[in-house]
Amino acid sequence: MTRIGVYVCHCGGNISDVVDVEEVAQFASRLPDVVVVRSISHMCSESGQKAIIDDIREYKLDRVVVAACSPQFQGSTFEKALIKAGLNPKMVEMANIREQSAWPHYDIPDKATEKAKVLTAMAVEKIRKTKPVEREAMKIGKNTLVIGGGIAGIQASLDLANAGFNVYLVEEKPSIGGHMAQLSRTFPTEDCASCILAPKMADVADHPNIHLLTYTEILEITGSIGNFKVKLRQKPRYVDADKCTACGECEKVCPVSVPDEFNLGMTARKAIYLPSPTAVPHAHVIDEDACLGIVPLRCGECAKACEANAINYDDTPKYINLDIDTIIVATGFEIFDARKKPQYGYGRFQNVITALELERLIVESAEGHFIRPIGKDIAFIQCVGSRDKQVGNLYCSRICCMYATKLASLLKRADPSRDVYVFYTDLRAYGKGFEEYYRRAQELGVKFIRGRPGELQEDPETKKVIVRVEDTLTRKIIEKKFDLVVLSVGLVPSKGTLKIAEMLKLPRTSDGFLKEAHPKFRPVDTPIEGIFIAGTAQGPKDIPDTVAQASAAAARAMALMNKGEFELSPIKAIVYEDKCDGCGECIDACPVDAIKLNGKASINAAICKGCGSCISSCPRDAIDLKIFSDEEIMAEIESALKDKKENERRIIVFADDMCTYTLADGVGTAKMGYPANAFIIRVPSSSRVTPKMILKAFELGADGVFLGECEEAVSPFPSTLKVIKENVEKARIALKEAGIEPERIQYSPFVTVMFPKFVNLIKKLNEIASKEIPEEKRRKLHVLEVIE
Amino acid sequence: MSNVIHIEEEENELLAKVEEISGETVTLCEQCGICTTSCPMAEEMDFTPAGIMHAVKLGDKNVLDSKAIWICASCFTCTVRCPRGIDLAKVTEALRQIHLRKNKDHVNLEEVKEEEQEENLPPIALVSALRKFTG
Repeated sequence: MTRIGVYVCHCGGNISDVVDVEEVAQFASRLPDVVVVRSISHMCSESGQKAIIDDIREYKLDRVVVAACSPQFQGSTFEKALIKAGLNPKMVEMANIREQSAWPHYDIPDKATEKAKVLTAMAVEKIRKTKPVEREAMKIGKNTLVIGGGIAGIQASLDLANAGFNVYLVEEKPSIGGHMAQLSRTFPTEDCASCILAPKMADVADHPNIHLLTYTEILEITGSIGNFKVKLRQKPRYVDADKCTACGECEKVCPVSVPDEFNLGMTARKAIYLPSPTAVPHAHVIDEDACLGIVPLRCGECAKACEANAINYDDTPKYINLDIDTIIVATGFEIFDARKKPQYGYGRFQNVITALELERLIVESAEGHFIRPIGKDIAFIQCVGSRDKQVGNLYCSRICCMYATKLASLLKRADPSRDVYVFYTDLRAYGKGFEEYYRRAQELGVKFIRGRPGELQEDPETKKVIVRVEDTLTRKIIEKKFDLVVLSVGLVPSKGTLKIAEMLKLPRTSDGFLKEAHPKFRPVDTPIEGIFIAGTAQGPKDIPDTVAQASAAAARAMALMNKGEFELSPIKAIVYEDKCDGCGECIDACPVDAIKLNGKASINAAICKGCGSCISSCPRDAIDLKIFSDEEIMAEIESALKDKKENERRIIVFADDMCTYTLADGVGTAKMGYPANAFIIRVPSSSRVTPKMILKAFELGADGVFLGECEEAVSPFPSTLKVIKENVEKARIALKEAGIEPERIQYSPFVTVMFPKFVNLIKKLNEIASKEIPEEKRRKLHVLEVIE
Repeated sequence: MSNVIHIEEEENELLAKVEEISGETVTLCEQCGICTTSCPMAEEMDFTPAGIMHAVKLGDKNVLDSKAIWICASCFTCTVRCPRGIDLAKVTEALRQIHLRKNKDHVNLEEVKEEEQEENLPPIALVSALRKFTG
């Protein structure tokens, strides 16, 4: 026996102008376990909350129902009121009679009042079944693993380290710095890239809170937030980085030359080399694949030349184990392989190069190193490997317009007699200072021509590159020979990004980059608690955006770790051990790998996101959610269908909290009408609605059932739509067997702005549901269930 | 010739018809011009391939009387290179269909001179002209 107080809000007329609130209050007073009912002008006001607190004390209430607005809007207000009164905050339920009744059905006040009554009854029945949920917290330490030592990883590491957190920065290459270290200047300010990056790289090396692990690969990451176990392998460097002075004497005697990857293979380096002029750690390294032989030692010249005695041929790989609390993935990008567009001749025509190669040419020539001629007539071709369905990359790489503008400006300024063309499709100068920079390039005389060449040809004698392109503004075909054609190649996810995504089971968007937990509000979170993303691993972006995102990721990690404990969301799946027989069906059903089998299924509460996808997979009904439990939802279904009159039709709409519920609130706020006989039940995800629940609803009198869910791209849960589809198929088959039209069950993905779609789909379902279902058919469903 | 194109409502009929026949979404075209410089015949055309797409988008019926749609050799290079994945060959074919269905310049095979066949007449035009007899 529970003791419930019900509070009906007028919302200063918003509700009471349409809904007869006194009638709703009268009705509520007759509901089971209801001890006190009040109707109050503004429940969310100080006085409204005080009424609740006073009543809890006076009437010894243990549960509260507030019939007012959306729980998404004021839910936390009333939870706080309950805490003040000494009750568990989860013991309040809101009946959403404003967004779901007074507003959408403002033109049919009688029906709005009837609906408000049912909504209030549903809330009362639900809260009667609600069990208090204790706050669960986990200890969390202050250790962050940052994967990737480009500008994103560097920035995130420095922010965390400066705030007093421990950082393990892991980089697979022998030096940090990433792509930024290779660039000439940065747009639109034309700062020298390595000059602004080098001090940050040095800070990383010197920082007492940063453990820099270069030349290191990640073998395995297991565990979850607060308890990640990381296994690393650091490759042997064969040079003691502390002793090495980077004098370069070793290089002079090394007999082996191989292509220098820092210059993209356009120059050579030795088998012992300094990874870049500003490398951190600032020490040489022996490339064991290129070296003539270390075990057994074949050459040994470098050790003889090394005055610092830094060379150690006995170096071995080191295996390192770390205990980590949070992870920032900053694994970056690679440039699009221009060989995949053979019509542009990259790799075949000597005067077709990529923009990154031109960056290196410009840097090297500024330092007096001549690698190859650049020439007078230069063309840039935009969107190579971006915005191109033929190579499978539909996205815009976002930086190519501006880096081409920058490179074109640098070339033109270095030699104004040059004729520099940029062949573009759409020129996107969207960032701060970008449009002005584009204008300056045009002032310098860079010619921007709107057209994308279909193919390039090489003049067999002069080796000049012939560009034929349609000037789409004049509809004329332009033909010109160029000394150099620069391909503005796009960005693709790096191999490291793909590897880490697979290891950590991070979802990716259709472009292949890592998917954020929410594209608007959680742009640096992943769906996995405690793992964040920064930089181009998440999608193409320029340096300022990368740095901003890296600082954001660091701040998000700090926010989790700073308190020393981490509060778990109370929406979690639980296993009833007495029912579980350890069959393991649920393990594959879990999209985030939170379930392990130790004889019986056990759920890692730190990983579980509470979607409920596992529930319908269990053949023994052994899994439930702690909040939004089977019992609570069944109570809502029953009460939504109670006292259904003859010739009346009722529809149950399951609405996921993130999208559909918010969408329905929006539809209500916009006063867009939809059938008033549709009753919305809030769930974390419609994947927690089992076929049994759907069928039970029909047995109890539902004429239609709708399941709404977030579209995959914005969903906080991966792959729930698949589960919903399967559950709906199962329920439809059972309906068919009972002779009921299977189309009475509908489902759809939504984002929160699809107002007309929501209204139309509910209307459509209402039409389908308009025919009466004979009672004996409903009873057949019951029989079916018993047989099952 | 005026430099103003007045876009009337009925101009959209051409777009709708072409999209219906071809099954392609012409408005997807971003006017990059890759098709034009991939086309072996573009230099001879009065409408470039990208120009054809643009005309259809605007509903410019002049494209139906263009030489370009008959000069097209249906080599499909535009189709395999279009970065938006539009099948331009189908769009051009749809324009030829619309033209043919009007049965305007009916071809009487007996009147086609031998030298015309050998020299000037694009084979695609002949094939298309005869196709309407084969259903």
